[in-house]
Amino acid sequence: MNPYLAGTLLGIVLLLAMFISGRGLGASGGIKYCVVSLVGAVNRPHVENSTYYSTYFEDGRKPLTNWLTLEIFGIVAGGFISGALSGRLKLKVEKSPKISVTRRLIFAFLGGVLFVYGGQLARGCTSGAALSGMAVLSLAGFVTMIAIFGSAFVFAWFFRKNWI
Amino acid sequence: MGPLSSYFAFPDWLNMLTAFLIGTGFGFALEQAGFSSSRKLAGMFYGYDTTVLKVFFTAAIVALIGSQFLSYLGLLNLNQVYVNEFYLTASITGGVIMGAGFIMGGFCPGTGLSALSIGKIDAMVFVAGGFTGAFIFTETYPLIEGMATAQYKGPVKINESLGLSPGLFTLIMVAAAAVMFRVAESAEKKFARPEITNELK
Repeated sequence: MNPYLAGTLLGIVLLLAMFISGRGLGASGGIKYCVVSLVGAVNRPHVENSTYYSTYFEDGRKPLTNWLTLEIFGIVAGGFISGALSGRLKLKVEKSPKISVTRRLIFAFLGGVLFVYGGQLARGCTSGAALSGMAVLSLAGFVTMIAIFGSAFVFAWFFRKNWI
Repeated sequence: MGPLSSYFAFPDWLNMLTAFLIGTGFGFALEQAGFSSSRKLAGMFYGYDTTVLKVFFTAAIVALIGSQFLSYLGLLNLNQVYVNEFYLTASITGGVIMGAGFIMGGFCPGTGLSALSIGKIDAMVFVAGGFTGAFIFTETYPLIEGMATAQYKGPVKINESLGLSPGLFTLIMVAAAAVMFRVAESAEKKFARPEITNELK
Protein backbone atom coordinates (compact mmCIF):
# COMPACT_ATOMS: atom_id res chain seq x y z
CA MET A 1 0.00 0.00 0.00
CA ASN A 2 1.16 3.57 -0.69
CA PRO A 3 2.95 4.71 2.51
CA TYR A 4 0.96 7.95 2.85
CA LEU A 5 -2.29 6.01 2.49
CA ALA A 6 -1.15 3.38 5.02
CA GLY A 7 -0.12 6.20 7.36
CA THR A 8 -3.57 7.77 7.03
CA LEU A 9 -5.17 4.42 7.86
CA LEU A 10 -2.89 4.04 10.90
CA GLY A 11 -3.72 7.60 11.98
CA ILE A 12 -7.46 6.87 11.78
CA VAL A 13 -6.99 3.74 13.95
CA LEU A 14 -5.07 5.84 16.49
CA LEU A 15 -7.77 8.55 16.41
CA LEU A 16 -10.43 5.87 17.04
CA ALA A 17 -8.46 4.60 20.05
CA MET A 18 -8.39 8.16 21.42
CA PHE A 19 -12.06 8.85 20.64
CA ILE A 20 -13.48 5.53 21.87
CA SER A 21 -11.13 4.51 24.68
CA GLY A 22 -9.38 7.78 25.59
CA ARG A 23 -5.91 6.35 25.02
CA GLY A 24 -3.32 5.70 22.35
CA LEU A 25 -1.97 2.52 20.79
CA GLY A 26 0.63 0.29 22.45
CA ALA A 27 2.70 -2.84 21.95
CA SER A 28 5.49 -3.37 24.49
CA GLY A 29 3.06 -2.81 27.37
CA GLY A 30 0.88 -5.68 26.14
CA ILE A 31 3.94 -7.94 25.99
CA LYS A 32 4.75 -7.02 29.59
CA TYR A 33 1.19 -7.80 30.72
CA CYS A 34 1.48 -11.25 29.10
CA VAL A 35 4.78 -11.85 30.94
CA VAL A 36 3.33 -10.65 34.27
CA SER A 37 0.38 -12.97 33.73
CA LEU A 38 2.69 -15.93 32.95
CA VAL A 39 4.83 -15.27 36.03
CA GLY A 40 1.66 -15.07 38.12
CA ALA A 41 0.48 -18.44 36.78
CA VAL A 42 3.85 -20.17 37.33
CA ASN A 43 4.90 -18.68 40.66
CA ARG A 44 2.04 -17.06 42.55
CA PRO A 45 3.91 -16.44 45.87
CA HIS A 46 6.72 -14.65 44.00
CA VAL A 47 4.15 -12.24 42.50
CA GLU A 48 2.39 -11.62 45.82
CA ASN A 49 5.67 -10.90 47.63
CA SER A 50 6.88 -8.42 45.03
CA THR A 51 5.70 -4.82 45.35
CA TYR A 52 6.16 -4.37 41.59
CA TYR A 53 4.28 -7.47 40.38
CA SER A 54 1.53 -7.32 43.01
CA THR A 55 0.22 -3.97 41.69
CA TYR A 56 -0.90 -5.80 38.53
CA PHE A 57 -3.11 -8.15 40.56
CA GLU A 58 -4.64 -5.57 42.95
CA ASP A 59 -8.41 -5.67 43.46
CA GLY A 60 -8.67 -9.03 41.70
CA ARG A 61 -7.45 -7.60 38.39
CA LYS A 62 -6.07 -9.96 35.76
CA PRO A 63 -3.24 -8.74 33.51
CA LEU A 64 -4.44 -11.06 30.73
CA THR A 65 -7.72 -9.12 30.36
CA ASN A 66 -6.01 -5.73 30.32
CA TRP A 67 -6.83 -3.34 27.43
CA LEU A 68 -3.25 -3.54 26.10
CA THR A 69 -3.16 -7.34 26.20
CA LEU A 70 -6.35 -7.64 24.15
CA GLU A 71 -5.01 -4.97 21.80
CA ILE A 72 -1.81 -6.91 21.01
CA PHE A 73 -3.86 -10.08 20.35
CA GLY A 74 -5.69 -7.86 17.85
CA ILE A 75 -2.38 -6.79 16.24
CA VAL A 76 -1.59 -10.43 15.47
CA ALA A 77 -5.11 -11.01 14.08
CA GLY A 78 -5.03 -7.84 11.97
CA GLY A 79 -1.56 -8.58 10.58
CA PHE A 80 -2.73 -12.06 9.63
CA ILE A 81 -5.85 -10.76 7.85
CA SER A 82 -3.76 -8.21 5.92
CA GLY A 83 -1.12 -10.80 4.98
CA ALA A 84 -3.82 -13.25 3.85
CA LEU A 85 -5.59 -10.63 1.69
CA SER A 86 -2.31 -9.54 0.09
CA GLY A 87 -0.97 -13.09 -0.40
CA ARG A 88 2.00 -12.65 1.95
CA LEU A 89 1.48 -15.58 4.33
CA LYS A 90 4.72 -17.55 4.26
CA LEU A 91 7.04 -19.10 6.85
CA LYS A 92 10.48 -17.61 6.30
CA VAL A 93 13.47 -15.90 7.87
CA GLU A 94 13.96 -12.54 6.20
CA LYS A 95 17.61 -11.52 6.04
CA SER A 96 20.36 -10.10 3.89
CA PRO A 97 21.86 -12.82 1.65
CA LYS A 98 25.28 -11.84 3.06
CA ILE A 99 24.55 -13.12 6.59
CA SER A 100 23.60 -16.54 7.99
CA VAL A 101 20.19 -17.48 9.38
CA THR A 102 21.75 -18.03 12.83
CA ARG A 103 23.28 -14.56 12.83
CA ARG A 104 19.96 -12.98 11.82
CA LEU A 105 18.05 -14.84 14.54
CA ILE A 106 20.58 -14.06 17.30
CA PHE A 107 20.38 -10.35 16.48
CA ALA A 108 16.57 -10.53 16.21
CA PHE A 109 16.41 -12.03 19.72
CA LEU A 110 18.82 -9.49 21.24
CA GLY A 111 16.98 -6.66 19.50
CA GLY A 112 13.69 -7.86 21.00
CA VAL A 113 15.20 -8.03 24.50
CA LEU A 114 16.57 -4.48 24.25
CA PHE A 115 13.51 -2.97 22.58
CA VAL A 116 10.95 -4.15 25.11
CA TYR A 117 13.28 -3.50 28.06
CA GLY A 118 13.91 0.06 26.83
CA GLY A 119 10.21 0.48 26.05
CA GLN A 120 9.25 -0.39 29.59
CA LEU A 121 11.86 1.96 31.00
CA ALA A 122 10.61 4.83 28.81
CA ARG A 123 6.97 3.83 29.58
CA GLY A 124 6.17 3.16 25.94
CA CYS A 125 7.86 2.10 22.71
CA THR A 126 7.47 3.38 19.15
CA SER A 127 3.68 2.94 19.39
CA GLY A 128 2.82 3.93 22.96
CA ALA A 129 5.41 6.65 23.53
CA ALA A 130 6.53 7.99 20.16
CA LEU A 131 3.45 7.71 17.90
CA SER A 132 0.61 8.00 20.43
CA GLY A 133 2.62 10.52 22.47
CA MET A 134 3.12 12.80 19.48
CA ALA A 135 -0.61 12.63 18.65
CA VAL A 136 -1.47 14.08 22.09
CA LEU A 137 1.45 16.58 21.90
CA SER A 138 3.16 14.87 24.84
CA LEU A 139 6.71 16.14 25.40
CA ALA A 140 7.68 12.63 26.56
CA GLY A 141 6.53 11.30 23.18
CA PHE A 142 8.67 13.74 21.20
CA VAL A 143 11.76 13.18 23.37
CA THR A 144 11.42 9.37 23.18
CA MET A 145 10.87 9.52 19.41
CA ILE A 146 14.04 11.59 18.91
CA ALA A 147 16.02 9.29 21.26
CA ILE A 148 14.90 6.12 19.41
CA PHE A 149 15.45 7.33 15.86
CA GLY A 150 18.50 9.49 16.63
CA SER A 151 20.35 6.65 18.37
CA ALA A 152 19.29 4.09 15.74
CA PHE A 153 20.91 6.26 13.03
CA VAL A 154 24.15 6.30 15.06
CA PHE A 155 24.07 2.55 15.85
CA ALA A 156 23.22 1.78 12.19
CA TRP A 157 26.85 2.31 11.22
CA PHE A 158 28.02 -0.45 13.58
CA PHE A 159 25.45 -2.99 12.37
CA ARG A 160 25.54 -2.12 8.64
CA LYS A 161 26.95 -5.53 7.64
CA ASN A 162 23.72 -7.13 8.89
CA TRP A 163 21.59 -5.14 6.46
CA ILE A 164 23.46 -3.71 3.48
CA MET B 1 -18.95 13.40 24.60
CA GLY B 2 -15.83 11.38 23.75
CA PRO B 3 -14.02 9.33 24.92
CA LEU B 4 -17.04 7.07 24.39
CA SER B 5 -15.91 4.41 26.89
CA SER B 6 -16.24 6.81 29.81
CA TYR B 7 -19.26 8.75 28.44
CA PHE B 8 -21.30 5.57 28.03
CA ALA B 9 -19.56 3.76 30.95
CA PHE B 10 -18.57 0.76 28.82
CA PRO B 11 -18.83 -2.60 30.61
CA ASP B 12 -15.59 -4.63 30.80
CA TRP B 13 -16.47 -6.94 27.90
CA LEU B 14 -17.05 -3.97 25.59
CA ASN B 15 -13.72 -2.41 26.57
CA MET B 16 -12.01 -5.74 25.83
CA LEU B 17 -13.79 -6.04 22.47
CA THR B 18 -12.87 -2.45 21.55
CA ALA B 19 -9.23 -3.13 22.48
CA PHE B 20 -9.15 -6.24 20.29
CA LEU B 21 -10.77 -4.49 17.31
CA ILE B 22 -8.52 -1.43 17.57
CA GLY B 23 -5.53 -3.79 17.77
CA THR B 24 -6.81 -5.58 14.66
CA GLY B 25 -6.93 -2.27 12.78
CA PHE B 26 -3.45 -1.44 14.08
CA GLY B 27 -1.94 -4.76 12.98
CA PHE B 28 -3.70 -4.53 9.62
CA ALA B 29 -2.37 -1.00 8.96
CA LEU B 30 1.20 -1.98 9.98
CA GLU B 31 1.21 -5.00 7.69
CA GLN B 32 -0.30 -3.04 4.78
CA ALA B 33 2.39 -0.38 5.26
CA GLY B 34 4.97 -3.09 4.56
CA PHE B 35 6.20 -3.17 8.17
CA SER B 36 6.12 -6.95 8.27
CA SER B 37 9.52 -6.76 6.56
CA SER B 38 12.61 -6.08 8.69
CA ARG B 39 14.73 -5.16 5.67
CA LYS B 40 12.18 -2.52 4.71
CA LEU B 41 12.13 -1.14 8.25
CA ALA B 42 15.94 -1.12 8.49
CA GLY B 43 16.03 0.77 5.17
CA MET B 44 15.09 3.86 7.16
CA PHE B 45 18.52 3.94 8.79
CA TYR B 46 20.50 3.40 5.58
CA GLY B 47 18.30 5.66 3.43
CA TYR B 48 17.23 3.11 0.80
CA ASP B 49 13.63 2.92 2.08
CA THR B 50 12.06 5.70 4.12
CA THR B 51 8.55 4.22 4.43
CA VAL B 52 8.92 4.30 8.25
CA LEU B 53 9.18 8.10 8.32
CA LYS B 54 6.34 8.60 5.83
CA VAL B 55 3.89 6.28 7.60
CA PHE B 56 4.86 7.38 11.10
CA PHE B 57 4.48 11.12 10.57
CA THR B 58 1.39 10.81 8.36
CA ALA B 59 -0.30 8.78 11.11
CA ALA B 60 0.74 11.18 13.88
CA ILE B 61 -0.55 14.19 11.91
CA VAL B 62 -3.87 12.54 10.99
CA ALA B 63 -4.53 11.67 14.65
CA LEU B 64 -3.30 15.06 15.85
CA ILE B 65 -5.45 17.10 13.43
CA GLY B 66 -8.42 14.74 13.85
CA SER B 67 -8.40 14.97 17.64
CA GLN B 68 -8.01 18.77 17.59
CA PHE B 69 -11.05 19.04 15.29
CA LEU B 70 -13.13 16.64 17.38
CA SER B 71 -12.23 18.68 20.45
CA TYR B 72 -13.05 21.97 18.67
CA LEU B 73 -16.46 20.57 17.64
CA GLY B 74 -17.10 19.53 21.24
CA LEU B 75 -17.11 15.81 20.37
CA LEU B 76 -13.96 14.81 22.29
CA ASN B 77 -12.79 15.98 25.70
CA LEU B 78 -9.00 15.98 25.29
CA ASN B 79 -8.56 16.32 29.07
CA GLN B 80 -9.79 12.72 29.33
CA VAL B 81 -7.32 11.40 26.75
CA TYR B 82 -4.16 9.93 28.29
CA VAL B 83 -1.06 12.12 28.00
CA ASN B 84 2.25 10.31 28.63
CA GLU B 85 4.02 11.08 31.90
CA PHE B 86 7.42 12.60 31.30
CA TYR B 87 10.35 11.09 33.19
CA LEU B 88 13.28 12.80 31.47
CA THR B 89 16.06 10.32 32.39
CA ALA B 90 13.99 7.23 31.61
CA SER B 91 12.64 8.63 28.32
CA ILE B 92 16.12 9.30 26.95
CA THR B 93 17.83 6.18 28.36
CA GLY B 94 14.95 3.94 27.31
CA GLY B 95 14.85 5.60 23.89
CA VAL B 96 18.56 4.96 23.27
CA ILE B 97 18.21 1.30 24.36
CA MET B 98 15.24 1.01 21.96
CA GLY B 99 17.30 2.55 19.15
CA ALA B 100 19.91 -0.18 19.61
CA GLY B 101 17.16 -2.81 19.71
CA PHE B 102 15.66 -1.41 16.51
CA ILE B 103 18.84 -1.69 14.43
CA MET B 104 19.80 -5.08 15.85
CA GLY B 105 16.35 -6.66 15.66
CA GLY B 106 14.94 -4.89 12.61
CA PHE B 107 11.53 -4.54 14.23
CA CYS B 108 9.82 -2.58 16.97
CA PRO B 109 7.37 -4.45 19.24
CA GLY B 110 4.24 -3.54 17.22
CA THR B 111 5.75 -4.33 13.83
CA GLY B 112 7.29 -7.53 15.25
CA LEU B 113 3.85 -8.77 16.35
CA SER B 114 2.36 -7.86 12.99
CA ALA B 115 5.18 -9.62 11.10
CA LEU B 116 5.06 -12.84 13.13
CA SER B 117 1.39 -13.16 12.20
CA ILE B 118 2.29 -13.66 8.52
CA GLY B 119 4.97 -16.25 9.28
CA LYS B 120 8.22 -14.26 9.61
CA ILE B 121 10.41 -16.48 11.78
CA ASP B 122 12.81 -13.62 12.57
CA ALA B 123 9.81 -11.71 13.97
CA MET B 124 8.81 -14.69 16.15
CA VAL B 125 12.35 -14.77 17.58
CA PHE B 126 12.26 -10.96 18.04
CA VAL B 127 9.02 -11.18 20.03
CA ALA B 128 10.44 -14.08 22.10
CA GLY B 129 13.32 -11.72 22.86
CA GLY B 130 10.71 -9.09 23.75
CA PHE B 131 9.10 -11.43 26.30
CA THR B 132 12.57 -12.03 27.77
CA GLY B 133 13.25 -8.27 27.89
CA ALA B 134 9.95 -7.66 29.68
CA PHE B 135 10.77 -10.46 32.15
CA ILE B 136 14.23 -8.98 32.88
CA PHE B 137 12.55 -5.58 33.38
CA THR B 138 9.87 -6.80 35.79
CA GLU B 139 12.36 -8.95 37.77
CA THR B 140 15.00 -6.23 38.11
CA TYR B 141 12.76 -3.15 38.37
CA PRO B 142 13.52 -2.55 42.08
CA LEU B 143 17.23 -2.19 41.16
CA ILE B 144 16.61 0.61 38.66
CA GLU B 145 13.57 2.24 40.27
CA GLY B 146 15.58 5.31 41.29
CA MET B 147 16.74 5.96 37.74
CA ALA B 148 13.35 5.06 36.21
CA THR B 149 11.52 7.67 38.29
CA ALA B 150 14.20 10.40 38.25
CA GLN B 151 13.59 13.88 36.77
CA TYR B 152 9.78 13.53 36.79
CA LYS B 153 8.10 16.39 34.95
CA GLY B 154 4.45 15.27 34.85
CA PRO B 155 2.22 14.86 31.75
CA VAL B 156 3.77 17.88 30.00
CA LYS B 157 2.56 18.98 26.56
CA ILE B 158 5.21 20.14 24.12
CA ASN B 159 3.23 23.16 22.91
CA GLU B 160 2.77 24.38 26.50
CA SER B 161 6.46 24.12 27.27
CA LEU B 162 7.13 26.19 24.13
CA GLY B 163 4.32 28.64 24.95
CA LEU B 164 2.37 27.87 21.74
CA SER B 165 -1.29 27.04 21.16
CA PRO B 166 -2.02 23.40 20.14
CA GLY B 167 -3.25 24.61 16.74
CA LEU B 168 -0.10 26.58 15.97
CA PHE B 169 2.16 23.72 17.06
CA THR B 170 0.14 21.34 14.86
CA LEU B 171 0.62 23.67 11.89
CA ILE B 172 4.40 23.78 12.53
CA MET B 173 4.45 19.98 12.71
CA VAL B 174 2.60 19.64 9.40
CA ALA B 175 5.12 22.00 7.77
CA ALA B 176 8.04 20.08 9.32
CA ALA B 177 6.57 16.78 8.07
CA ALA B 178 6.20 18.18 4.53
CA VAL B 179 9.91 19.12 4.55
CA MET B 180 10.90 15.69 5.95
CA PHE B 181 8.83 13.89 3.30
CA ARG B 182 10.69 15.78 0.54
CA VAL B 183 14.06 14.99 2.14
CA ALA B 184 13.01 11.33 2.50
CA GLU B 185 11.98 11.07 -1.16
CA SER B 186 15.34 12.44 -2.32
CA ALA B 187 17.26 10.27 0.18
CA GLU B 188 15.63 7.18 -1.34
CA LYS B 189 17.09 8.16 -4.73
CA LYS B 190 20.50 9.07 -3.36
CA PHE B 191 20.94 5.95 -1.21
CA ALA B 192 18.99 3.59 -3.49
CA ARG B 193 19.84 -0.11 -3.20
CA PRO B 194 17.87 -1.73 -6.01
CA GLU B 195 19.34 -5.16 -5.12
CA ILE B 196 17.44 -4.95 -1.80
CA THR B 197 14.29 -3.03 -2.76
CA ASN B 198 13.61 -5.22 -5.82
CA GLU B 199 13.76 -8.27 -3.60
CA LEU B 200 11.23 -6.75 -1.19
CA LYS B 201 8.61 -6.03 -3.87
